[in-house]
Amino acid sequence: MGERSQILPHEHGPQVQRLEDNYLTHTRGLSSWLFTLDHKRIGVLYMVSVLASFLLGGVLALLIRTELLTPRQTIMSADMYNVMFTLHGAVMIFLFIIPGIPGSLGNFVLPMMLGAKDVAFPRLNLASYYMWVAGAIFVLASIIGGGVDTGWTFYTPYSTTTNTAVIPVVFGAFLLGFSSIFTGINFIVSIHKLRAPGMNWFRMPLMLWGLYATAIIQVLATPVLGITLLLLIAERALHVGIFTPAYGGDPVLYQHFFWFYSHPAVYIMIVPAMGIISEVIPVFSRKHIFGYKAIAYSSIAIAVISFLVWGHHMFVSGQSPMANAIFSFMTFAVAIPSAVKVFNWTATMYKGSISLATPMCYALGFLFLFAIGGLTGLFLGALATDIHLTDTYFVVAHFHYVMFGGTVMAFIAGIHYWWPKITGRMYNDRLGQLGALLVFIGFNATFFVQFLAGTKGMPRRYFNYPSEYTFHNVFSTLGSYMLGAAFLLVAAYLLYSLVRGKPAPANPWGGASLEWKTPSPPPPENFDHEPVAGDPYDYTYQEYDPAVGGYVDKDQVKRVS
Amino acid sequence: MGMEAGSRPQGESSMHAHAANPYLAHHFDTPQQQFESGKLAMWIFLATEVLLFSGLFCAYAVYRANHPEIFVWGHKYLDVTLGGINTVILICSSLTMAWGVRAAQLGRKRLLVTCLSLTLLGGAGFLGIKYVEYKHKWHDGLLWAGQYNPRHGDTESGHSPAEALLAGTPATQPAGAMQSAGMTPRGEGQPAGHAAGTIEPALRPFTASPAAPTVRPEAAAGQAPPTAHSESLKAERSMLPMAAVGPPGLRVSEQTGTYQLAAEQAPRQLWIFFSIYFLMTGLHALHVIGGLGAISWILVRSAQGQFGPMYYTPVDLVGLYWHLVDVIWIFLFPLLYLIH
Repeated sequence: MGERSQILPHEHGPQVQRLEDNYLTHTRGLSSWLFTLDHKRIGVLYMVSVLASFLLGGVLALLIRTELLTPRQTIMSADMYNVMFTLHGAVMIFLFIIPGIPGSLGNFVLPMMLGAKDVAFPRLNLASYYMWVAGAIFVLASIIGGGVDTGWTFYTPYSTTTNTAVIPVVFGAFLLGFSSIFTGINFIVSIHKLRAPGMNWFRMPLMLWGLYATAIIQVLATPVLGITLLLLIAERALHVGIFTPAYGGDPVLYQHFFWFYSHPAVYIMIVPAMGIISEVIPVFSRKHIFGYKAIAYSSIAIAVISFLVWGHHMFVSGQSPMANAIFSFMTFAVAIPSAVKVFNWTATMYKGSISLATPMCYALGFLFLFAIGGLTGLFLGALATDIHLTDTYFVVAHFHYVMFGGTVMAFIAGIHYWWPKITGRMYNDRLGQLGALLVFIGFNATFFVQFLAGTKGMPRRYFNYPSEYTFHNVFSTLGSYMLGAAFLLVAAYLLYSLVRGKPAPANPWGGASLEWKTPSPPPPENFDHEPVAGDPYDYTYQEYDPAVGGYVDKDQVKRVS
Repeated sequence: MGMEAGSRPQGESSMHAHAANPYLAHHFDTPQQQFESGKLAMWIFLATEVLLFSGLFCAYAVYRANHPEIFVWGHKYLDVTLGGINTVILICSSLTMAWGVRAAQLGRKRLLVTCLSLTLLGGAGFLGIKYVEYKHKWHDGLLWAGQYNPRHGDTESGHSPAEALLAGTPATQPAGAMQSAGMTPRGEGQPAGHAAGTIEPALRPFTASPAAPTVRPEAAAGQAPPTAHSESLKAERSMLPMAAVGPPGLRVSEQTGTYQLAAEQAPRQLWIFFSIYFLMTGLHALHVIGGLGAISWILVRSAQGQFGPMYYTPVDLVGLYWHLVDVIWIFLFPLLYLIH
């Protein structure tokens, strides 16, 4: 990136001007990227890194699916299979999906949406990125050391007795937790202290509410994971006995600690995704968001209730029936704010002027898949059905519908939505729509059939299976190949756009939040003039200008420099 | 914060502020805004620290609720005097830290350097005393589960008062009080020469053969006779909930009948207390070390005269951190040392 800047004709005012001096070209050379304090560049570094992790995790997933193509051994040994699914989970969760949206898109857009020059603590931001790198190195070191076979949850007592390389990967996850905390602190302080003139809490784009709620969870939940993982390391290295039954320790305590973080972590993954959806849907419906305050408050409600549901991962662990009942109830409760959001997004589209540009295609896919993922979560939150479904493929399908169908779809929607702003280039929208369709079909082919297999009792994490499940597994594997091919297409046209894409206008989609009021790509300090915030969902003052290829203010006179 | 529009000051003051203050970062408008941002971030960071420790406090609560007798016994090994001195030292160092922040606000450089040096000294003193305590524990083998290997008085150290207290016998009681009080049962019922002794260092559950627990032959056998003290403890224990029972591998001597006697003198799995003691105080000590690093850093900066009424944020933030380290110790001290 970075070399191509040009000046377009100025007759359309400052909004369409392409800057010679933007954040990509302001300074040059590798070290200007590696030591940058610019939140936009750190966002790009994060994006490249987490997408590389996504690729690694995706390849592992395809290897797992290939192994399951036949009921017996296909391409790898049973032990290798255990290592594969553990690494798939650990890489996807800790390296990709938790840091994914906040680290990359969040870093890029949060200060611009606030109308600020940067996040509150740029050096802390860079430290967060390098914490991520250090964590990734430890995870990769464990792969070189033969991998880990505990599953990504590192349950004791197995994780304290297996002779695979548990300590590096656990320490890596510990460092990644620090990375997450740093980002969370930065975002909370930025939102409190750096809002532009005119921007009160209820004029913030909902993406910011999503990132704020996410940051609260990051800050409050991650330290508990930190101490849990430290205890696990101490358990393995020193035999402190806290989680080891032979010493009088309690392995179920580990599960409590672990899920006290890791259930809220599920919302670290999904809440920023919901923020993206809250931006994309109104813009492409050309209609004000419906129920702004309901969506904003529901993000906070999710953040709060998410801390009170961890026990639903442990319904069959032997915890008391009373605890089971309470956690089941809270699980149903946490579904409510998510449903509030879904209804509001749907109502936003009602009678809107919907355009099916690529980001919107992914957003619609999100609505459909997240609804399935969320509702199947209730099957697992209900005590009676959960007994049958525990540790079956139903669980696998459920969380992939939420995490992939939800978070990843929204992440890709966000990448497409802000791609012109980040890179200054437009991608091919037709190919984008085709990619979205293929991802959607491939995803459902891969995972819907797993609901059926799970309901019929196929356990998760098994290397072999009875031939009754052959159809389900073959179908799922073929679907995963389609999904992989669809992502290759997406990667191809996005990379192509970097070279040959049309220069992007300042506001290609007609967004009303502040990041669209500065050129694409933005100048190093984001805005030439301090922006004044208005309603981020009021699209009435814009109109499409074919000469620019994007939206311009109907009344531009005020904005001339 | 607040609901009024925007959180940033408007107007021309920004340019002014940047020219006047070299420490004002480019993306802040005023020093006040920068200071408040730093302070908010520090408070959030302190919240994460509290939550980091909360995992250990939670483990403490769970194990104390499940095995109260272990904590009642275990805390007697801790030296309340040294712990108390350490508490006083930390509180004093918090005072000098707060004084230092005030000195920075007033721009009194010499006072600031003095206060920070005293704080540094207090932290170092705390660690020194902690080292003495750890060394004692190490010497007595009173360590976490995997290294739990209590030695007793007739070796180099002589009886420690805590040991005598634990055994319920005079300090001159021959060797063995300790094991019979604590861990001996594993050795009971073995052939002569293997009779009760210190247990093998690590009860590594998955490597040691549970059927034939190894004991140290050099350790003398010793079964303290039931004393009045242990009888009273028995009565006390009966009111407590049953301790969890370990796996069969740790109950070899149960058939011999001597097990009951020993078990009544001291609870089984006493190492749980020391595991938790070392985890909590160890993590706290790491935070003290981190705090000393941070104080050294601002000490150097204040010696260079970088702080004054216009800019003292780092002193303020490090001070907050140091107070948190202090507060955590104020919880640890009674929870570990002052159990009744």
